[in-house]
Amino acid sequence: MAVTDSLSRAATVLATVLLLSFGSVAASHIEDQAEQFFRSGHTNNWAVLVCTSRFWFNYRHVANTLSVYRSVKRLGIPDSHIVLMLADDMACNPRNPKPATVFSHKNMELNVYGDDVEVDYRSYEVTVENFLRVLTGRIPPSTPRSKRLLSDDRSNILIYMTGHGGNGFLKFQDSEEITNIELADAFEQMWQKRRYNELLFIIDTCQGASMYERFYSPNIMALASSQVGEDSLSHQPDPAIGVHLMDRYTFYVLEFLEEINPASQTNMNDLFQVCPKSLCVSTPGHRTDLFQRDPKNVLITDFFGSVRKVEITTETIKLQQDSEIMESSFKCFFELSFSKQVILTIGLPSYFCYKEDQMDEKLMEPLKYAEQLPVAQIIHQKPKLKDWHPPGGFILGLWALIIMVFFKTYGIKHMKFIF
Amino acid sequence: MAAAGAAATHLEVARGKRAALFFAAVAIVLGLPLWWKTTETYRASLPYSQISGLNALQLRLMVPVTVVFTRESVPLDDQEKLPFTVVHEREIPLKYKMKIKCRFQKAYRRALDHEEEALSSGSVQEAEAMLDEPQEQAEGSLTVYVISEHSSLLPQFCPPFGSMMESSPIPEEKQVQLSWEYRLPLFFDPQEPLTSLTPVSVGYEITFSLLNPDPKSHDVYWDIEGAVRRYVQPFLNALGAAGNFSVDSQILYYAMLGVNPRFDSASSSYYLDMHSLPHVINPVESRLGSSAASLYPVLNFLLYVPELAHSPLYIQDKDGAPVATNAFHSPRWGGIMVYNVDSKTYNASVLPVRVEVDMVRVMEVFLAQLRLLFGIAQPQLPPKCLLSGPTSEGLMTWELDRLLWARSVENLATATTTLTSLAQLLGKISNIVIKDDVASEVYKAVAAVQKSAEELASGHLASAFVASQEAVTSSELAFFDPSLLHLLYFPDDQKFAIYIPLFLPMAVPILLSLVKIFLETRKSWRKPEKTD
Repeated sequence: MAVTDSLSRAATVLATVLLLSFGSVAASHIEDQAEQFFRSGHTNNWAVLVCTSRFWFNYRHVANTLSVYRSVKRLGIPDSHIVLMLADDMACNPRNPKPATVFSHKNMELNVYGDDVEVDYRSYEVTVENFLRVLTGRIPPSTPRSKRLLSDDRSNILIYMTGHGGNGFLKFQDSEEITNIELADAFEQMWQKRRYNELLFIIDTCQGASMYERFYSPNIMALASSQVGEDSLSHQPDPAIGVHLMDRYTFYVLEFLEEINPASQTNMNDLFQVCPKSLCVSTPGHRTDLFQRDPKNVLITDFFGSVRKVEITTETIKLQQDSEIMESSFKCFFELSFSKQVILTIGLPSYFCYKEDQMDEKLMEPLKYAEQLPVAQIIHQKPKLKDWHPPGGFILGLWALIIMVFFKTYGIKHMKFIF
Repeated sequence: MAAAGAAATHLEVARGKRAALFFAAVAIVLGLPLWWKTTETYRASLPYSQISGLNALQLRLMVPVTVVFTRESVPLDDQEKLPFTVVHEREIPLKYKMKIKCRFQKAYRRALDHEEEALSSGSVQEAEAMLDEPQEQAEGSLTVYVISEHSSLLPQFCPPFGSMMESSPIPEEKQVQLSWEYRLPLFFDPQEPLTSLTPVSVGYEITFSLLNPDPKSHDVYWDIEGAVRRYVQPFLNALGAAGNFSVDSQILYYAMLGVNPRFDSASSSYYLDMHSLPHVINPVESRLGSSAASLYPVLNFLLYVPELAHSPLYIQDKDGAPVATNAFHSPRWGGIMVYNVDSKTYNASVLPVRVEVDMVRVMEVFLAQLRLLFGIAQPQLPPKCLLSGPTSEGLMTWELDRLLWARSVENLATATTTLTSLAQLLGKISNIVIKDDVASEVYKAVAAVQKSAEELASGHLASAFVASQEAVTSSELAFFDPSLLHLLYFPDDQKFAIYIPLFLPMAVPILLSLVKIFLETRKSWRKPEKTD
């Protein structure tokens, strides 16, 4: 009796195991099919660089992020492919002895702020929600193109985060946190929509390794500056500026990147060796189990640089020479402008080309500005009456509280004096 | 007196018990479900079964083919067999183990009078012109004209529209069928991996830029508007079914290439070798302003007029020979062509020299690059077939058909994976909210995928493509809707930390009183037993 019982139980267990394995095989088959349709090998590079701290004493986090931004730009990724999120309150901070600069080496050797920094999310726009929206692509339609991560299934993305962190979370601007589970879920959503080909995640915070523990999507390689339970330390203070300028891990990573040029063949194993415990005091960690290629075959420039695939054009098509060409008396607008960059839009029909008399009509338009009201008349206009809105919930609640306290203290008999 | 007091307390105790039980009942029966309902994430219903059914959708393409025999091409006894229809199915393997079932519905018929006239004319072009007029060819259909081997049209090129000339000495049905197997793969042979081509999108932005790094020496003038009007716009109109195109142009001064060209003393010219080409694009891209243009994928075509110090500049291929077109392209980005100023223009003139760009030569290269970027390439021709070159528009209808087929299939695959991923994500992450409008987009997308598959199966290519584009747009709208990110993740310990201060103070008295009631009831059950 007991034997048949256990046998039947074993049979059901076996059946469920088989079913599950078939189910997973089927799921992985679907995954596989989808995988094969979108092949690996990248054609473009993106970088998302996030500094999650604000305030003057977190100078080093901004300097970290800007130095990585410089290296990535130097190695070829254009600004249109970099999403830079900074609190951006260092360069123009009243406590900055050298305004409009952010230095990364002491003795003010290298100004990483420069004059062509393009910050996409600054100040209070650096929130967990915006960061997750950038990653997953769920951005409101009014967002400009420079604030979007328009990656596709053949993009390699570099994500660099720095700030203050703890075991399993990263602090954003002293007011909110992102947990490692949220980050892993965001990467999974990116993977499901094939928004990346391969992803390199670098984090320079205290206990940084906890942030990559929960990743479960394929093709992610992660590096962190310290293990769980360890603090990442800063590098060197500058006596003139009065704060620490950089963190150790990023400092040594940048020294390493300085030797890389767009054509170099250095691979990821060298990046893993950067900043040993003797220099960094914390133990940097890395995670490569989700990554399909061997790290020694992965070039640094696969993520930090932007090397494009080019092909020589060997064929042409035959076009007929059109006889009716420059005989027309069309004057086109661009001849008149002398500026350095002229952008024209040519649609159908090419309405920027006019005959001579039409052009005079076009010139008439700017004169219409004279019809506008003069300033004196505008400032003496009566202000528009704003519509009256009933008081909001807060005001009502406040008054209700005040009245309640009054009656509680003095008794309900005073009501008749009010009403 | 004591009995009355005892009875009173007993009543009170009973009342108390009833009250406690009532509290507990209200809390459990009303409170728990109310709390559960109000804290669950809102999910409008989605057609999960249909979405999983989409994955197993077998794509079938139907191609209606008409084979027209002229009088001289078929012996009389065979002529009686006409007209008839044969349906022929075969599986065509695409890349990545995907297969599509292709149904060729072949209708054989005799040539009509005007067709006979057209086919007996002297040259292929006349024949084309006469055949083109009376009938409108539906997209995706194919007409084969079988002519006798003595016809004056041979040897000529295969005409450019969706028809082919074919001759066989003894046109038996079998032979014609054999030659079929040959020719039809022509149409379904993607040579490039589909994903290295320009991504499928509803619209594209094409930007022509003229780079003049040395305005002191060269005063470059290019009639881009005329060239666009004459050459590019007809091509884009022909390609119009594949998406909305918008064209921009700009001129950039003092824009250098990021690479220094090397001097070749043998030809006294400068050259860029193949390995330095990938590094040319990046420094220039930041100045192109393509990010400001639009949200559609941008294709950039650059014309670079090298500076006087580096003229003439040639691009070398891997064997070291200068490339005839002096141009290269990068998949998904665009193309660059180097335009060398004729050295004759420098003679005895004062700088800056006026340079008039030969737009025909430039547009030939740019349009060829545009074709390559879209995957329209010369197919491998089976023997005994000659192909005439593209028409003045630069695009043949069968090339467009091929593009539309490939794009439809790709669109359907994209839409299917998007919907499947959304369903999987909803299963994995329980905090995603699905609002009603997102759900309606999902329903629309599923319906569009099914419609597109049906249209492909019945051979209507144009409507299938439109439906597949709709499917992609709707599925992307649903997946990328900003409202899906509504709730951030709450790990379990945070959930407990929120609920315990609210529920524990209320739950502890209720539970304790229930326990007490239970114990008392059990005692009162046991008591009668004891006395018995």
